[in-house]
Amino acid sequence: MGVWQSYRLRLQRKRFRLRAWRKRRELRLLRDRTAQIGAGDILLFSTLRNERVRLPFFLDYYRRMGVAHFLIVDNDSDDGGREYLEVQPDVSVWHTAHSYKRARYGVDWLNGLQNTYAHGHWALVVDPDEFLVYPFCDTRPLPALTDWLDASSIKSFGAMLLDMYPKGRIGAQPYTEGQDPFEIARWFDSGNYTIKRNKRFGNLWIQGGPRARVFFPDRPALAPALNKVPLVKWHRRYAYVSSTHTVLPRGLNLVYDEWGGEKASGVLLHAKFLSTFRAKAAEELSRGQHYAASVEYRAYADRMDDDPDLWCRWSESYINWRQLEILGLMSKGNWA
Amino acid sequence: MTVGVIMLVHTDLDRAAQVARHWAAQDCPVVMHVDRNVGRQAMRDLRETLADLAQVRFSRRHRCDWGGWGIVAATLDAAADMLGQFAHVRHVYLASGTCLPLRPVAQLRAYLAERPDTDFIESATTAEVPWPVGGLDAERFTMWFPFSWRRRRMLFDLAVGVQRRLGVRRRSPAGLVPHMGSQWWCLTRDTLNAILTDPDRAENDRFFRHVWIPDESYFQTLARRHARRIESRSLTLSKFDFQGKPHIFYDDHLQLLRRSDCFVARKIWPRADRLYAAFLGAAEQGAGATEPAPGKIDRAFARAVQRRTRGRAGLYMQSRFPNKHWENGITAAPYSVFQGFDEIHRDFMPWLARTTAAQVHGHLFAPLRAEFAEGQSVVQGALPDSAARRDYAPRDFLTSLIWNTRGTHQCFQFGPGDVQDIAWALAEDRNAQISVVSGAWAVPLFRAGGDFADLRIRAARLQGIESAHLNILRSPHVRARVRIWTLAEYLESPSEALRPILAELGVPEPATVPALVDLTGFGGFLQKLKNEGMHPFLMGDFPPEERQPPAAVPRPRAYVAR
Repeated sequence: MGVWQSYRLRLQRKRFRLRAWRKRRELRLLRDRTAQIGAGDILLFSTLRNERVRLPFFLDYYRRMGVAHFLIVDNDSDDGGREYLEVQPDVSVWHTAHSYKRARYGVDWLNGLQNTYAHGHWALVVDPDEFLVYPFCDTRPLPALTDWLDASSIKSFGAMLLDMYPKGRIGAQPYTEGQDPFEIARWFDSGNYTIKRNKRFGNLWIQGGPRARVFFPDRPALAPALNKVPLVKWHRRYAYVSSTHTVLPRGLNLVYDEWGGEKASGVLLHAKFLSTFRAKAAEELSRGQHYAASVEYRAYADRMDDDPDLWCRWSESYINWRQLEILGLMSKGNWA
Repeated sequence: MTVGVIMLVHTDLDRAAQVARHWAAQDCPVVMHVDRNVGRQAMRDLRETLADLAQVRFSRRHRCDWGGWGIVAATLDAAADMLGQFAHVRHVYLASGTCLPLRPVAQLRAYLAERPDTDFIESATTAEVPWPVGGLDAERFTMWFPFSWRRRRMLFDLAVGVQRRLGVRRRSPAGLVPHMGSQWWCLTRDTLNAILTDPDRAENDRFFRHVWIPDESYFQTLARRHARRIESRSLTLSKFDFQGKPHIFYDDHLQLLRRSDCFVARKIWPRADRLYAAFLGAAEQGAGATEPAPGKIDRAFARAVQRRTRGRAGLYMQSRFPNKHWENGITAAPYSVFQGFDEIHRDFMPWLARTTAAQVHGHLFAPLRAEFAEGQSVVQGALPDSAARRDYAPRDFLTSLIWNTRGTHQCFQFGPGDVQDIAWALAEDRNAQISVVSGAWAVPLFRAGGDFADLRIRAARLQGIESAHLNILRSPHVRARVRIWTLAEYLESPSEALRPILAELGVPEPATVPALVDLTGFGGFLQKLKNEGMHPFLMGDFPPEERQPPAAVPRPRAYVAR
């Protein structure tokens, strides 16, 4: 990496921060409970739209894990989700009706909020269908992990997206509010991932899983990226580039070891393929607010008509983090 | 007689207070040193919390920076207080605020009472200690360290570099041989007193003030001068990871800690409520007079370090993506590649599957799809047979397959008709066993027949590809186990050729060898190719007439390139 390249990335990061600052005006603060945020609290940031049915389980899952405060941007939900969030004791809510796409898929909004509220905190940025699993998460709360990361001078923690799916048609078992989505979508692909290194940002580009297998068998390059860095000890100079796949400065993307060892990492269980998926995919397609001209949602729509079964004979049924560790999807690293 | 505890505290004062109370309640005096960096209010609260305990005292406060002199100064002052204020203390135990006693204090006291003259302090000369962080061992004692390693790393490194260049060498006080070891010791009153009242104390302090990490060397060195009997080990269970940071204990370590029979452990995560409740609660019934046995914990943490530094061979994932040549094994397990066998034996694959316990695939790199065993379209790990996906990342395809099928030996066919991008990865992989019968691709052409002009073009193409592949297999960078025969050599004695391959697969003496396809007229076919101007050279020598190869020719020359 030359000086020039490094300088360009710095400019890019500044541009993103400027954008985030500019896009702040699109957000209207509905419910401000940020005064409750204490030093050292772990904060969760999320953008969502019409996810009412998922919210109760989502909030509980992360509360139990040890998240102290939720900062949520509601992109004009009309399903009562916003009202639900407003009455939660540990949630601050912003509203916007502006374009998700033009806020670079919500990244600008959240970058802005993070720069205001997350400086010096561990910030977890997830979608409402992403559930973090990390080593020892059944016995150690999230602050145990962040304390350890602090003690080890580690500033970011990688957690790959793992697409979970049901056996049988996607819509066959209806998801009910408050339910653990992985009672239904409890299957995953354990060993069909491809990894490339992104020279520019230093992060890995991981593709594969059921989406690549079923929706993109002949166009693997188009399959969605699964690498994520959702947990960062935030500094106001940082900026996410695209979703939580990439973050600047580049050093934060180095969540992998290059000399043969394994760093500690987690997994984001992705509860996308529930009964809510079909309606969601149709809506997102018509709004055209998603990445790369919504190529992903178009691929889904093409296949959704024959209601695909993502399950195959070699699908694994989810048990716990130890299983994911043994399968090599995540690692304890030197955390013992 | 009892044991006194010096506690060095800098964070999580609540926990420290809880532990101090535990010690004091069992008649162990405590002298607490609280880091100067702790705020005034927090300090007042702490004093108040412990005000009811006459056995808990506070020593003069110093600012403690990691690797600096402050920690030693704090310890020295606290030790002086301890010896001066509590006359019935025979051993002094140095602990931190995140230490937790694992066994009843009475057991510790009894253990020490049986060894009244023994100092428990890990202490080794620099030449014999492999654990220093930052690459400094002897130099810790011969250089000056004006900058903090934690906060001013660049200046620290610069200062070290300059001193190395200039050949700066401080001299240690006469009679002192620098020793190092764990910071957490348990010394007898006599030894500690001798260190505190050493006639050269001022000189010693002056020297160690500028040593790097003096808390791991001051007492360790001086104990060697004054102690009567040193047990060079720490009574505190404290494990360090590969960066020299202490491992932290959590609730789920409860059983491991219990079974360790160690007296004290550090570091405990301050919010490990179950551990604190378990070990500070109602008198723990330990095993009586057993020796500490941290072996099990040692192994668990050694594995963690191993995972962090070496990782699992053949695994590529989000937090392990080694640079080239740092994979520590490109794939996870041995596997076998067969080139040409399927073309000249009838039902070679079913025979191989029957004879060995291996999973036998067809041409995994065939142009149209990966021909998985038993015609499956998806195999272990939900790896699909899509050629597009495979060719998008052929190496990932191979390493995934081998990783997913750990425990079952994998075999697959390869040949010049396949996509060749994987060739180098196979050749460089020490797990690969590659067996090639060169020129065997001509057999299917010969048997298929058809338009000869077309056959001639295809033969030329395949020969070119296989020839390039053989060049790879003969390169000096090859780490796979490679065997190459020409078709003519192989046909002289197929069973001889197959024997060593199968032996490596765990089948020493195969009962049968699969039948060969009918090669009558093959020599003529090759001659015809020659006559057409396409020179097939990879098969070896075949006489143009219809004659089976003679039986009594020299043994096949299988050569192994490694």
